Amino acid sequence: MAAESEGIHRLTDLLRANADTLIDRWTALASSAFRGRLTTNELERDSRELFASLLPVAESDGRDLTSGQFSELKSMLAELSRGRARQGFTPSETASSVFALKQAVQELTEAEEDPALFRQVMTFSGLLDALGLWTFESYSRAREEIIKEQSEQLLELTTPVVKIWEGVLAVPLVGTLDSARTQVVMEKLLEALVETGSEHAIIDITGVLAVDTQVAQHLLKTVVAARLMGAECTVSGIRPQIAQTIVALGIEFGDITTKASLADALRHALRSEGIDVVRRRDGRTS
Amino acid sequence: MERVPILKIGDVLLVSIQIDLQDQGVLALQEDLAERISTTGAYGVIIDISAVDIVDSFIGRMFATIASISKLFDADTVVVGMRPAVAITLVELGLTLGDVRTALDLDRGMKILRVLGKQRRGSFAVTDDFAAEEVL
Amino acid sequence: MTARLGEPEELPINEDNDVVRVRQLVRTYAQQAKLSLVDQTKLVTATSELARNTLVYGGGGTALIAPVDDGRRLGVRAVFTDEGPGIPDLDLALADGWSSGKGLGLGLSGARRLVDDFTLDTEVGRGTTVTVVKWAR
Repeated sequence: MAAESEGIHRLTDLLRANADTLIDRWTALASSAFRGRLTTNELERDSRELFASLLPVAESDGRDLTSGQFSELKSMLAELSRGRARQGFTPSETASSVFALKQAVQELTEAEEDPALFRQVMTFSGLLDALGLWTFESYSRAREEIIKEQSEQLLELTTPVVKIWEGVLAVPLVGTLDSARTQVVMEKLLEALVETGSEHAIIDITGVLAVDTQVAQHLLKTVVAARLMGAECTVSGIRPQIAQTIVALGIEFGDITTKASLADALRHALRSEGIDVVRRRDGRTS
Repeated sequence: MERVPILKIGDVLLVSIQIDLQDQGVLALQEDLAERISTTGAYGVIIDISAVDIVDSFIGRMFATIASISKLFDADTVVVGMRPAVAITLVELGLTLGDVRTALDLDRGMKILRVLGKQRRGSFAVTDDFAAEEVL
Repeated sequence: MTARLGEPEELPINEDNDVVRVRQLVRTYAQQAKLSLVDQTKLVTATSELARNTLVYGGGGTALIAPVDDGRRLGVRAVFTDEGPGIPDLDLALADGWSSGKGLGLGLSGARRLVDDFTLDTEVGRGTTVTVVKWAR
């Protein structure tokens, strides 16, 4: 009984009592994982901070990291992961540096023949495993966010809405048209119609590589939405090959006006406004 | 329950929907409009939905109903100010507004009604008098 | 109306006003889940259709709105339950063309297109449960 009650916080006590030795050993093991690309000072500082946060949860089960007691540790590790990634280290290297503490603790306790302590060390190892994986996960998530941001920016850059006449807007589409892209285009165009008070929109698909049934459907939805708002939408830039594909696929453009070129579409829009473009009798100005 | 006010601008009735219309409100509006169109002899109805952020099938049917009622009194209906998000949702929903005409804003809506009104009732029947009075 | 972040909320659907309340509550959850304006509009419109169905066709029922999180993104789940007559012919109810008078006018097919996940559980004589989820993109 006495031995057991003594063993209750044996691991935590051991960790606390041997903090400096452990941190030094941990730093040494971790730095070999980084092969000298990280200064010992930096590593030691990180290790010391992490160690301090680990102490209160050293005997906790690492199976559920969502519980509140781990939140400080997790944010520390996320920060660490981000920082190391910025310095060019791989997530494996960062995770390995966390795992390295396991070896340090095992070295410290292998001489002890206490089954209770042994169990606690095993649990602690499990916790470090979970935390090492967590750094990997947060690295992944950070990368995904960067990629998402970049693709959103790319989307913005490649879908400009241009005013080509009073009351006439044009959107030149380039590249591939997927569902996400088309929705962004639709929303931007419709917002622009309201903001500029334009009643005509021209979607130019000269730069679109392929038109299939899905693309046609998206274009159709945009036109219908514009009509619901009180504006007319034309599709221009139908290349001969595209025209053949559309007919072959049996895609019906219904009553959407389509034109070969942006110029044709502009003339059409102007005419419906009652505007004709005429050449002056006195010819050019210069 | 608040009733939606109906404004008379010249010979056109203007309804501006500002609140989240419940089903009872919709029925009340339809009744009120029917009454006002018949008494005033208006040649057009404008429904301004620039403040409306949700149009579901029920509201959509209301527009169609109002358009049908107006037609019986020889008047046209235009819905103006539809928000892009609403338009996109209606398209996805598969809801078509049928005979209901739409315009970007009040000005254009009035223009359309004047043109249609002249077609229906002859040029002299449609004036450009814009003195607005509240009718309800 | 305060919807605490992370807590589901249940609303009764027994009268007209309730449909509006459902819309407003769903709007709040959609904003908290950071859905884009268009996605918010689609979700609120879908739930408006479903709430009205519950009231008119189901004879009244409840709506349970909750935030959802799949680890990568946030979303909103709405469950509409009634103990009404149930839907006898699902194919007919889910058929397009309801707006022109065909189908049962339940707006189910339209609502389905507006959301990401859509499940329908119905039995004649027992009632109907419709569950929809929309995720932030």
